Amino acid sequence: MKAPRFSYARPDTIAEAIALLTRFGEDARVLAGGQSLVPMLNLRIAAPSILVDINQISALNGLTVEAEKVHVGALTRHAHIESSTDVSKYLPLLALAMPHIAHPAIRTRGTFGGSCALADPAAEIPACSVALDATFVLAGPNGERRVPAQDFFQGALTTALKSDELLTGVEFPKSKPGYAAAFGELTRRKGDYAIVGVAAHGFISQARLSDLRIVIFGASDRPVRARHLESELEGKEASSECIRRAATALDADVEPRDDLHATGETRRYLTRTLASRVLSDLMKVGVS
Amino acid sequence: MIEPKEVFDISLTVNGERLTRRVQVRTNLADFLRHDLELTGTHVGCEHGVCGACTVTLNGKIVRSCLMFAVQADNCEVQTIEGLSRSGVIKDLQDAFVQHNGVQCGFCTPGMLAAAHALLQQGPLPSRERIRDFLSGNYCRCTGYQAIVDSVQAAANQRARSSMP
Ligand SMILES: Cc1cc2nc3c(=O)[nH]c(=O)nc-3n(C[C@H](O)[C@H](O)[C@H](O)COP(=O)(O)OP(=O)(O)OC[C@H]3O[C@@H](n4cnc5c(N)ncnc54)[C@H](O)[C@@H]3O)c2cc1C
Ligand code: FES
Ligand code: FES
Repeated sequence: MKAPRFSYARPDTIAEAIALLTRFGEDARVLAGGQSLVPMLNLRIAAPSILVDINQISALNGLTVEAEKVHVGALTRHAHIESSTDVSKYLPLLALAMPHIAHPAIRTRGTFGGSCALADPAAEIPACSVALDATFVLAGPNGERRVPAQDFFQGALTTALKSDELLTGVEFPKSKPGYAAAFGELTRRKGDYAIVGVAAHGFISQARLSDLRIVIFGASDRPVRARHLESELEGKEASSECIRRAATALDADVEPRDDLHATGETRRYLTRTLASRVLSDLMKVGVS
Repeated sequence: MIEPKEVFDISLTVNGERLTRRVQVRTNLADFLRHDLELTGTHVGCEHGVCGACTVTLNGKIVRSCLMFAVQADNCEVQTIEGLSRSGVIKDLQDAFVQHNGVQCGFCTPGMLAAAHALLQQGPLPSRERIRDFLSGNYCRCTGYQAIVDSVQAAANQRARSSMP
């Protein structure tokens, strides 16, 4: 089907975009890469009367590497992040995740901010930002506010963003020496959203794991930290056997439900299996 | 303040030709190319980004033309299968598709060729796995893909041979 009728504005600045969002409130929607919003319009799942196209706002685009952190502008395209040497150096977890997002032609247009603002429970970028303890920068009519990743994602397709706010960027602490990252997901077909996925980041010294952050996505209404599993492995010398045993702790971390793609029970099993694989990879990366 | 509008005047370059047109903002780029410019080589399968039949090149990179509005191509450069064919840059790929039965009904072919062309521009001799991975966003309901991967690989091998000193 075709998109319903709407009016379109193309602001050049963040201030102009916020002014439009403030004026039109719930009737307006931000248009970033359009790789989720346009399908929703074409399928008539969404029918906003105003689209505020932010693609011309150059202040929202690109990566900035600072002393302690990396700032990712909301409009930075998936393809740009995928090929960035700064990302592979300072945010290796994100670099591992990017090729799993959709397909090349979709990564040309899809944006970092769009993926976060959409908050699909099975999406890769939200999971990585929770695992890396990122901070979201939101701009509205009364100025800017900062929200930790953990609080930004509030449920399926639900975030801390208000209708008059724009996500301007996401800040990540740079990965420090001794830390390793691993990522994996299960999909029916290459490029699909994950049935379940695991993002892991932690410090490895003498084959012992610490400061672990493991995030499960696709199994709940938002990316969740596997705190039980993390504490089970904290300070341990993590052999494959130890990891496999610890993975049963995941049953206390996620309670997958049935849906079109898999039953809750299948997902629970897949989550354990995948987490074991990803954590074994993490140990390998950390040791090499 | 900027006033939102339902109609826009846009200027863009399509297959090397500079154009100015008035568009409804809800018209997607695929429909604009097909209906307004009569470039019907860009196919429309699903209109929600899944099948890849509508793949075109925007400022040198492949995109889904069903997931963009024509107004967003303002000041951009678009290449459709007509432009790619006419310029001769994908002649070898097209020949390989014919020779290896990479085409049956032809519905997916313009998108496949645009994606395969983008892949071969990224570097020589991609592995079969890499070809499959890169073309994963383009559906074919006829060939079973094997013949398409064969075609792309044959064209890549041919290019590598002819670039040898
Ligand atoms: C076939 C297909 C497969 C896909 N597979 C995957 C996948 O495996 N994993 C995955 O993560 N994604 C996948 N996607 C989605 C893709 O990654 C999208 O690009 C992304 O989810 C949304 O980003 P966008 O820039 O396209 O946003 P848009 O579609 O433009 O917007 C999405 C939503 O976010 C809002 N929004 C966007 N930017 C901002 C902002 N800066 N501030 C406030 N609100 C904003 C919009 O109003 C809208 O509600 C797939 C898409 C397709 C078509
Ligand atoms: S018509 Fe655009 S991807 Fe199917
Ligand atoms: S040849 Fe018919 S869809 Fe691919």
